[in-house]
Amino acid sequence: MSDLFDIITAAAFWSAAIRIATPLIFGTLGELICERAGVLNLGIEGIFTAGAMSGWMTVYLGGDLWTGVLVAALVGAGFGLLHAVLTVPLGLSQHVTGLGITLLATSASYFTYRIAFPNVSSPPRIEPFQPISIPGLSDLPFIGPALFQQTPLTYFAVFLVIVVAYILARTPLGLAIRASGENPAAVDSQGLSVYGLRIGAVMAGSAIMAVGGSFLTLSAFNAFFFEMIAGRGWICIALVVFASWKPGKALLGALLFGAFDALQVRLQQSMGGAIPYQLFLMLPYVLSILALVIMSRRAAYPNALMIPFIKGQRS
Amino acid sequence: MTGSSQTPAQQASLALSISGVTKRFGNLVANDAISLDLAEGEILALLGENGAGKTTLMSILFGHYLADEGEIFVANGEGHLAPLPPGSPKAALNAGIGMVHQHFTLADNLSVLDNITLGTESLLKFWRSDRAASARLKELQENSGLHVDLDARVGRLSVGERQRVEILKALYRGARILILDEPTAVLTPQESDALFATLKRLTATGLSVIFISHKLNEVLAVSDRLAVLRAGRKVAEIDAKAADRALLAETMVGSAVQPNVRRAHIPGEAVIVARNVRAPDPRGRQTLENADFTIRAGEILGIAGVSGNGQSALAALICGLVAPQEGEIVIAGEPVRRFSPRALMQAGVGRIPEDRHHDGIVGTMRLWENLALEDIRDPAAQTGGFLRQGALRIRAKEAMSAFDVRGGGPETEARLLSGGNMQKIILARVLDGEPRVILANQPTRGLDVGAVSFVHRRLLDARARGAAILLMSEDLDELLALSDRVGVMYRGTLSAIHPAEDMTVRRLGLLMAGHDDLGDAA
Repeated sequence: MSDLFDIITAAAFWSAAIRIATPLIFGTLGELICERAGVLNLGIEGIFTAGAMSGWMTVYLGGDLWTGVLVAALVGAGFGLLHAVLTVPLGLSQHVTGLGITLLATSASYFTYRIAFPNVSSPPRIEPFQPISIPGLSDLPFIGPALFQQTPLTYFAVFLVIVVAYILARTPLGLAIRASGENPAAVDSQGLSVYGLRIGAVMAGSAIMAVGGSFLTLSAFNAFFFEMIAGRGWICIALVVFASWKPGKALLGALLFGAFDALQVRLQQSMGGAIPYQLFLMLPYVLSILALVIMSRRAAYPNALMIPFIKGQRS
Repeated sequence: MTGSSQTPAQQASLALSISGVTKRFGNLVANDAISLDLAEGEILALLGENGAGKTTLMSILFGHYLADEGEIFVANGEGHLAPLPPGSPKAALNAGIGMVHQHFTLADNLSVLDNITLGTESLLKFWRSDRAASARLKELQENSGLHVDLDARVGRLSVGERQRVEILKALYRGARILILDEPTAVLTPQESDALFATLKRLTATGLSVIFISHKLNEVLAVSDRLAVLRAGRKVAEIDAKAADRALLAETMVGSAVQPNVRRAHIPGEAVIVARNVRAPDPRGRQTLENADFTIRAGEILGIAGVSGNGQSALAALICGLVAPQEGEIVIAGEPVRRFSPRALMQAGVGRIPEDRHHDGIVGTMRLWENLALEDIRDPAAQTGGFLRQGALRIRAKEAMSAFDVRGGGPETEARLLSGGNMQKIILARVLDGEPRVILANQPTRGLDVGAVSFVHRRLLDARARGAAILLMSEDLDELLALSDRVGVMYRGTLSAIHPAEDMTVRRLGLLMAGHDDLGDAA
């Protein structure tokens, strides 16, 4: 057990946990915005893939790293628009549409990649984001290397959590978004456009998800390969429930998952001989399910989540 | 302007003028060239049966629907009438029209303040001016008497309080014309009185009110002028002081309404007895505590109460949806041992459920199927597990003509029927088996006068043949007219049961609000 203690008191462990958590922070935040407005976005897994692929491709073709992030966001917003048009004004099933978006976005990404690189034995690489040390803070013992020697997108993720939390809680726009997810008829009768709010929220949320995808190819790794998203989108769906639809708790949940994942990698290394490694791979998921069970009992769903709003419908 | 020579609308300055509005839904003409004026500071009651077009007209006024023909003019700041851009709630709000819908448009998980300020500030602002908003609201509350905690979550408020939030919402946006769609349908008599007092207070300051209702009593009590709609047309416009009740009812329905009279008779022996019953609510709201009552053959026991005071637990118990935790239910001398809908049905209980769309019928199934739902195990309905479709269709046809179901045949999907005809289908199904006990839960909710009269007559017929009827209704006039004895549910407890003759609406209202029965409150 002193092994375990050594692991979690190492700054490198926490540094890794935060790195692993970064795409989940983006994804959970993006999903949370969609759901707060009343739209479940199961396209997240595909939008992650599309973001990862388009961001990487932009940089590979000579674009700047930040241009890559921007392109990923735009591609994400595009898929978000498609999802929103189908589910908001047309009122189609959000489950079916979302899964369709995931299939479409994933396949389109793979297809594009294959067309661009028909015969490569090893994936082409780019020069990814490098860690930035925050002057002063990064020299602090333990906390410095854990928190303040990350890549720019990680800082951006945390910044975005604060921005989204502020917008939702403190601005008229945030109130309108929350009300669209609680009772769209209330929004409509106050003279606001439910469609506009919901479509906008889904596009913004999807853009943020795609940035999370681009973190994987522009920051965590330096290449794009198939199956690299590996269910991160689905984890985010669960993390939104874990977070009770609150940005601060979403950050916490993502970090927790990141920590479990970092832990299992290290446990594999230290105890891998005795126990099959698959058990360690399971660990973060099992612990997440447990945390979810405990947390989601008290969670209050947005009342109008997944309920389409049809204006002027005769009731 | 038809049907009246002297209306206040012509003397005072106009707040609103509706001119020749027509609205069609497919073949149905919901509004047929309706013209209507509203004076400043006036309360205009819009009367009519369900489907007369009241709500449609108001939805056009508020921009939820687009009129096919006609125009609407609203007084602007200087008192000049200006045309209202159609089809935009935003334009209506900006013109000073506020609407309180029958089904409140509030978000339960948000605070009162959030609900009121929603949409009143620019979406591009980076902060909310909550402090200024609450200061203004406090002042509004002082002036209007609409008191409610601004920081409370709307989901925790009573129905009366929610209505206050809706009115505040409109006033906060500077409404000069307030539309109230059946505002008293959900209120106790005392809450209604408080609402009327508030409205009087507000109109004294220049607010104009359109008040939609089909209850004559309250309309006559509160309004200055009445407009009656029938089948989409305006059929009368009368000064409230000159209104004649009976004539008004007739104008509304289009023909004379026969009142149903409960004939005195001596009830038989006890059919259903509840002894100290405690039962949970299937939806986890108010449990039923310690209920004690007896209903004899040929007797109607009426239960009043504000929704959510344990009525649903009582109804679920009689339906067999929940089992008592304590006490027992005895039907025809036999204690009920197993509680399931089927066991209770076999014991002779017929049920008219509260929410007919949800619990009463299956909308996407045909009428003959709906009529057969409760006895598909009977040999008359099936042989060897196969439905006897031919026989069931014939039976359905007979039941539909016996209960005067209109708007379709046995093959029609149930969802296509109007509320009144749907209720007739349920009545046909329930009364066909001549049940010993009938649970009638809000049997006339949302029905128009004609259908209400039909339901009343059938219930009284069942009483005459010796059924024991448990009637739950929020319409206190109905309750007192039909019941032999009445009790009130408050916080899960059933009050002492009194003969209906000793009760008044006022006294019921006090009991519903939890006041002790003083006996002399009548």
